[in-house]
Amino acid sequence: MRIKRNTLLTTTVFALLVVFLYWLSANRMQNGMLVSVLQKGVIFALVAVSMNLLNGFTGLFSLGQAGFMSIGAYTTAILIIPVKSLDGVYYMNGVHPGIRALKMVVADSPAFVQSIFPFVALLLGGLLAAGIAAIVGVAVLRLKSDYLAIATLGLSEIVRAIFSSPQFDQITNGSYGLNKIPTFPEMAWGLIPSLLTPFIVVGFCVVFILLLINSSYGRAFKAIREDEIAAEAMGINLYKHKSMSFVVSSFFSAVAGGLLAMYMRSIEAKTFSITMTYDILLIVVIGGIGSVTGSILSAFLVTIAKEWWLRFFDQPLFFGGWQVPLFRTGFRMVIFSILLMVVVLIYRKGLMGSTEFSWDRLIGRFRRTKNSEGGAA
Amino acid sequence: MSMTTILQHCLTGISLGGAYALIAIGYTLVYGILRLINFAHGDIFMMAGYFMIFALASFPWPVAIIITLVVTTVMGIGIERFAYKPLRNAPRMSIMISAIGVSYLLQNLSTYLFTAIPRGYPELPYLKKIYQIGELSASFVTILTPILTIVLVFVLMILVNKTKTGMAMRATSKDFETAKLMGININRVVSVTFAIGSLLAGIGSILYFTDRMSVTPFSGTLPGLKCFVAAVFGGIGNIPGAVVGGFFIGIVETLLVALGYSTFSDAFTFLLLIIMLLVKPTGLFGEKNVEKV
Amino acid sequence: MSTILLKTEHVTMQFGGVVAVDDLNIEIPEGKITALIGPNGAGKTTAFNVITGGYQATNGRVTFDGHVIGENYPRSKMKKIYNGTYKTLNEHQVINTPDKITRLGMARTFQNIRLFKDLTVFENVLIAMHGHIKAGMLRSTFKLNKEEELMMNQEADKLLHSVNLHMHRDEKSSSLPYGMQRKLEIARALATGPKLLLLDEPAAGMNPKETEELALFIQEIKETFSLTVFLIEHHMDLVMDISDKIYVLDYGKTIALGTANEVQNDPAVIRAYLGVEEA
Repeated sequence: MRIKRNTLLTTTVFALLVVFLYWLSANRMQNGMLVSVLQKGVIFALVAVSMNLLNGFTGLFSLGQAGFMSIGAYTTAILIIPVKSLDGVYYMNGVHPGIRALKMVVADSPAFVQSIFPFVALLLGGLLAAGIAAIVGVAVLRLKSDYLAIATLGLSEIVRAIFSSPQFDQITNGSYGLNKIPTFPEMAWGLIPSLLTPFIVVGFCVVFILLLINSSYGRAFKAIREDEIAAEAMGINLYKHKSMSFVVSSFFSAVAGGLLAMYMRSIEAKTFSITMTYDILLIVVIGGIGSVTGSILSAFLVTIAKEWWLRFFDQPLFFGGWQVPLFRTGFRMVIFSILLMVVVLIYRKGLMGSTEFSWDRLIGRFRRTKNSEGGAA
Repeated sequence: MSMTTILQHCLTGISLGGAYALIAIGYTLVYGILRLINFAHGDIFMMAGYFMIFALASFPWPVAIIITLVVTTVMGIGIERFAYKPLRNAPRMSIMISAIGVSYLLQNLSTYLFTAIPRGYPELPYLKKIYQIGELSASFVTILTPILTIVLVFVLMILVNKTKTGMAMRATSKDFETAKLMGININRVVSVTFAIGSLLAGIGSILYFTDRMSVTPFSGTLPGLKCFVAAVFGGIGNIPGAVVGGFFIGIVETLLVALGYSTFSDAFTFLLLIIMLLVKPTGLFGEKNVEKV
Repeated sequence: MSTILLKTEHVTMQFGGVVAVDDLNIEIPEGKITALIGPNGAGKTTAFNVITGGYQATNGRVTFDGHVIGENYPRSKMKKIYNGTYKTLNEHQVINTPDKITRLGMARTFQNIRLFKDLTVFENVLIAMHGHIKAGMLRSTFKLNKEEELMMNQEADKLLHSVNLHMHRDEKSSSLPYGMQRKLEIARALATGPKLLLLDEPAAGMNPKETEELALFIQEIKETFSLTVFLIEHHMDLVMDISDKIYVLDYGKTIALGTANEVQNDPAVIRAYLGVEEA
């Protein structure tokens, strides 16, 4: 009975979401800001969830997210920049002949191949990141907590240095970055408009991560988080499972990076600096370390608040003739930092703690408030 | 490259290394006692740069330096009280996140207060005076930095090894819980540690920025991380180790830039870190630690 | 005559200048309860950690169920203690991580309970079965190993029933009272499907009545799961009641070996426990 009700509620909410997104797609001109923040929010939701898989569920404090995102972003961007734009993008140093040749092949391939190619590019970006994670994991996953954090952070900086180095100019365009990246592709022959694409891709990825967390392997991850020594004594191969979590997390970070490249249309190595990792960490902490739904919720809230609702903090504000002090460029980020510190120091659980969203709890809370109101009256 | 050019670069490297060494000591001390990478340390160093700019705008330089150092020290102690002390019994990850949060806050706060546009660092005429040694030319600060670093480390070593506070610090870094049970005032020890670390970061900041000429809200991040690497390289918790690490990274980085690999000079530091952690996780001079089951 | 399930030969563990375990030679017969006792700091837990793979012995060899699970025969320094079987080689090492040793059929508990605190009782037991899972990550994620999962769930339930913890199945393991946490730790160890169960001070922090119950419980699970038990204890009472064979350790050295009665009357043991009387 209750299970049926919850399924019904979930389905309804998803159906409404889809309808809303279709409506938004039809009216995207009038709602530019909303579209923009929702797309960015959903991309960050995926990175946050993948970071949470590592930090919150496996207990590995890694700060390499931005690095893996940049691998995905660069791979996707290099693969999908149309052949006619190549000379414009690589105007300084020219493009590597291999890349041009590859693009010619894609451009000459049947329409179906071309329509799925952006997704192939995302997948390749993810696989490349996963492969790199598997290789460096051999080295870094032996390290304990804070050493791992600083090593992964360093790794991310190494990746950034490689992407912006003049030695790879013909591939990554060095410090000039890449632009003219096509936006999100349509899906299913135009039945699904391009606006929905990031939501669908992220949806699949998050469902995968959720299934993984609830599988036997996910339980093993949690065991490692709780107590490495006990987990190992229970027959769990620490290295194998940590590496699994690291590879999966890197894969999805890279997919999100690819989506971000499509969203931003132009990327440079500087985009993926330490600050980006910190931004993602902020989302994870506010959402609750160890909660997938918390991360998703927080990704949307933080992005929307940062990019839209709280914009006014950065503008001078007038009450009549009196200018409210403090309101000027940069104030918004100060508010955010303070908010983060408040969560870290006082509301340590964040929005969701380590629990997941459930209808039962929501309805339970709703009833309780209602009852207590009734009691007071 | 001629011998003179190489020597010239080495001199610059040693000077940079001296500043790194001073910052690295802050990391090593704090890590030794709290087992915490103080991610905000680089930003304390950056803030010290801004303090100096503002202090020098209204005071003569000796007063300005004193003000800068005092404010930086107080800020370091304040950060510990406000952001780390409440989390002393929380899991390691929370306190690390708190440190990152402080770093984030300081960066955003300074962007807000001072804008992201680089601000010129005032020139102290005495520090910038150029000396000629044979074919080498060096400003006074280049020569002063390594000397001052060595002197300060010497003083610090005496403080740590010969005074009562130093003994308390060593005891706390060996075993936090036992030190507490033995009646050592942990809060005081931690405060002293942060004070020393921030003071040295303040001095390092003056030396570093005099050579670099401008400060931005993000100019603390990378030097900060590099100095942590220096501390790990030398063996975390080991003061002379941090100094050696600081000089090493400073010199190699300068040489890499001189050879035209400037994009890789940052990457090199982190590569060094990863290799070090794999080959000898305890660093050059670190002690071995056996984990108890 | 029963066979020997676990054997240590000349196992020595040195930390810097401290020799925590000095030339330990023990043999644990299959189907029996063997105990390792000794005063505080005698090196019991260190010996356990060497056996389970937590530490690598400085010297010596550990054989379990026909496998050499740990061997270290270093170059010169300690040659006189242990010459190794590979005499022709100058150096020979076998290193196994604890998880592999567990999968070979040796499970342990910890002196200071190490449950997965934030997880439920049921999950604690399920995790212990993960080591033997056949499905890979992808199969498991997409729930393509239904039978295997079902079997694991049933096993875990059965196990919880047999140790009387099933009514707490979905509670957080940290919310259980102390005695039950100990029991759950044993249940979790059993879930790995061991032949040999190592108990590290199972009676620590228990009162005499609880200790008595524990003795019964250990004997009971030994029968039901046809186990061999090897336990470390610091309290004599429990050990004397249930052990078939007792080793006494002091300052890393074995000072006595025998049945409860023999050990109890051994002058060396009395000396170790009560101290030497100054004349």
